[in-house]
Amino acid sequence: MDLADSPEDAEFRARLREWLGKVLPTLPPKPSPDDWPGRRAYDLGWQRTLYDAGYADVHWQATPGVRLIFLEETEKAGAPYVGAGFVGLLHAGPTIAAEGTAGQRARWLPPILRGEEVWCQGFSEPDAGSDLAALRTRAWRDGDDYVVSGSKIWTSHAEVADWCELLVRTDPGAPKHKGITWLAMPMDTPGITVRPLRTLAGSAEFAEVFLDEVRVPVTHRVGEENDGWRVTMVTLSFERGTAFVGEVVACRRVLGELAVAARRNGRWDDPVLRRRLGALNAEFRALWRLTQWNVSAAEAQGGLPGVGGSVFKLRYSQARQELYDTAADVLGDESLDADRPWVHDRLSSLSYTIAAGTSQIQRNIVAERILGLPKGR
Amino acid sequence: MRFRLTEDQRALRDGMRGLVARRFDRAALRAAVDRPGRLDRVLWRELGAAGFFALRLPEADGGVGLGLPETVLAFEEAGRALLPGPLVATHLAAGRVPGAAEGETVVAAVDAGGLVEWLTEADVVCGEVDGAVPLRSVDPLTPLHRVAGVTAAVDPVAVLLTAAEQLGTATRACELAVQHARAREQFGQPIGAFQAVKHLCAELLVRVEVARAAVYAAAVTADPADIAAARLLADEAAVRGARDCLQVHGGMGFTWEADVHLLLKRAWLRTRRAGGGTESEELLAADLLSAAGR
Ligand SMILES: Cc1cc2nc3c(=O)[nH]c(=O)nc-3n(C[C@H](O)[C@H](O)[C@H](O)COP(=O)(O)OP(=O)(O)OC[C@H]3O[C@@H](n4cnc5c(N)ncnc54)[C@H](O)[C@@H]3O)c2cc1C
Repeated sequence: MDLADSPEDAEFRARLREWLGKVLPTLPPKPSPDDWPGRRAYDLGWQRTLYDAGYADVHWQATPGVRLIFLEETEKAGAPYVGAGFVGLLHAGPTIAAEGTAGQRARWLPPILRGEEVWCQGFSEPDAGSDLAALRTRAWRDGDDYVVSGSKIWTSHAEVADWCELLVRTDPGAPKHKGITWLAMPMDTPGITVRPLRTLAGSAEFAEVFLDEVRVPVTHRVGEENDGWRVTMVTLSFERGTAFVGEVVACRRVLGELAVAARRNGRWDDPVLRRRLGALNAEFRALWRLTQWNVSAAEAQGGLPGVGGSVFKLRYSQARQELYDTAADVLGDESLDADRPWVHDRLSSLSYTIAAGTSQIQRNIVAERILGLPKGR
Repeated sequence: MRFRLTEDQRALRDGMRGLVARRFDRAALRAAVDRPGRLDRVLWRELGAAGFFALRLPEADGGVGLGLPETVLAFEEAGRALLPGPLVATHLAAGRVPGAAEGETVVAAVDAGGLVEWLTEADVVCGEVDGAVPLRSVDPLTPLHRVAGVTAAVDPVAVLLTAAEQLGTATRACELAVQHARAREQFGQPIGAFQAVKHLCAELLVRVEVARAAVYAAAVTADPADIAAARLLADEAAVRGARDCLQVHGGMGFTWEADVHLLLKRAWLRTRRAGGGTESEELLAADLLSAAGR
C-alpha cells in the first residue's frame, strides 16, 4: 500500500502546479449560470487551453496517479471543472475509445479533446428512468440511415450539445435488453426539438428532446445493432465509476470554507455544529481514500472501473447533501437567501441521489452484483 | 501511488486469518463466552510466536520489523474473529515490557477515560490501578474495571489499531448478514431477494468499504487527522453494521445463541477506548481551521 507520488507523478504534479499558477490568472471571468452559450464557450475554451498544454486526455489515462493528481491540483487551484464537457470527456468519449471502430475514434475523439464539440446523454425517457431498458424511442433502417422517432427527457446540456449518445430500440420484438442500439446523433439534424425544463434550483439545467423521424447514418452506430445494452453498461461504469471523483476535492475545499465562516459568525462555538464539521472532514477524507483505492483497483484490472463505483456513488451523493445541509446551519437565516452560493449548491445537491442512477438502484447493484444476493422484485 | 495490498501484505493477512481460524473458531468463541474472564494463555503465546505483538519491533530487537499497515491488517483479522484479550495494550508494550513481544506476558493498560480491560488476567498493568472497581461488563468477552480520575494521553496508534479491529468486526457483520440473507427463506424465497433486506446488506458493505479505505490510508500516512477519521468511520461501520446484521437475523438475532450480539457489544466497547468519537470529531474540526490557516 502506497499513497506517495512516484518520481514521475511528483514531476507531473510540480509541472501542473506551475502551469496552473501561470494560466489561471489569464482566464476570462466565469459566465452566469443561466448564460448557456457563455458557459459552453467558457468550458470549451478551458478544454482547448488544456489541449494546448498537453493535458487534454488526462481523464482517459489508466495510470491512477496522473488522473487523481490532475483532479486534485486543478480543484485546489480553483481551475474550471469539465462543465459542458462532462458527457464527452467523462463517459461518451471513454465509451467510444473502448467500443468504437478506428474510424469512429478518429472522427469523434479529437474534437472532444480539442474542446470543439459538446456531447449530451439521451438515455432516459419519460417512462424509462430507473428501468432504462424499458426505453421506447424507435429506430428503423432505411438505406444507410436509421430513422429515429420518440422522446428523451432530463437531457443535461441538450441545448448546447453538438452530439448526443442516444439509446434507441431497433428490435421491438426482442426481449427488452436485447433490442437496443447505441447511436451518436448530431444535434443539428432536422426533426430534433429541444424543450428546456426548469429545475427546482430555478435554472434550465436539462431538457426534453423530441425526435421526429430523425435520420442518423448507420456508420454512427457504436457496437453492433441490438447490442447496445452491453455498450450502455460500459458508459454507465464510466459515469458512476470515475465521473464524480474530482468533486470530492471540491467538497473538501467547501468544508474548509464552512469552518472559517462558522468561526467568523460565532457558530463555531456550538459544539454540535463543530463536531458535525469534524465528522464531515472524516467523511470526505475517507471518500478521497476510497477514490484512490478504487482507482488503484481499476488499474490492476486493466483500466475499466468496476461496480465499486456504485459503492462510491451511494456514499458520496449522501455526503454531498449532508455537506450543504450543514452549510445551511452555518449560514443560519441567510440559508434562505437564494443568492448565496452555498444555497444554490444545496439545491443542486438534491439531484445527486437521483441522477446517474438513484440510490435505490445503486443499492440493488451493490447487493446483487457485489454481494451476490438473489435478484427479486 | 498504488493504494492496494502488496503480495507480502496479502500473504501476511492470509496467514493471520489462517491462524485465527485454526485456533479461535466458532466453537472456541462460544467456549470463551461460557468461561468469561479467562484468557487462553496458549493462544496468547501462539500469537506471540507468530509475531503478532512484535510486528513493529525492529528486527535488531527481536521483532518482525514491519510497519503500521501490516499491523493494521493483523488487527483487522483479530477483530474479524472477535479474538479476546488486551491485544492493543500488549502490542504497544512489546519492547518495553519483558515478555510482551513473545506473548509470554499479558499486558493490560489504564485507558484515557479510566477503564481497564482484562485487569485480573494481566501479568503487568500500565498505569495506576489502586482502588480499581470491577464492572459487570456488557461484553461477555472483555472483563472491565474502572479507575477513578484518570485521563491518560491518547496514543494515536492505539486509536488506529482499535479502528482496525472495528473494521474486522464490521466485515464479519457484513459477511454474516449476507450469508443469512441467502439462506433464510420467507414467503417462498430467500429474504435477500427482498429489497428491504438487500438494501440493508448494501449499506453494510458501503460502510465497510469506506472504513477500509480510511483505516488503510491512516496506516500508511500515520497522520493524526487521518487516524481520527479512520476511527469515526470504523466505529460507524462496526456499530451500525452489527445492528443491521441483527435486524437481518430477525428474532434469532436477538438470542444469546447467535453471535451477532457479541459483535455489537465488542463494537460498543471499542467506541469508548482510547478517547472517544467526540475527541476525534473535535480533532478533525480543529484540523479544518488549521488547514485553512486560521
Ligand atoms: C439533474 C439531473 C440530470 C440528469 N441528466 C440526464 C442526462 O443528461 N441524460 C439522461 O439520459 N438522463 C439524465 N437524468 C435522468 C436520471 O438518470 C433519472 O432521473 C434517474 O435514472 C431516475 O429515473 P426517473 O427520474 O425516471 O425516476 P424513477 O425511475 O421513476 O424513480 C422514482 C423513484 O422510484 C425509485 N425506484 C424506481 N425503480 C426502483 C427499483 N427497482 N427499486 C427501488 N426503487 C426504485 C427510485 O429510486 C426513485 O426514488 C438526469 C437526472 C437529473 C436529476
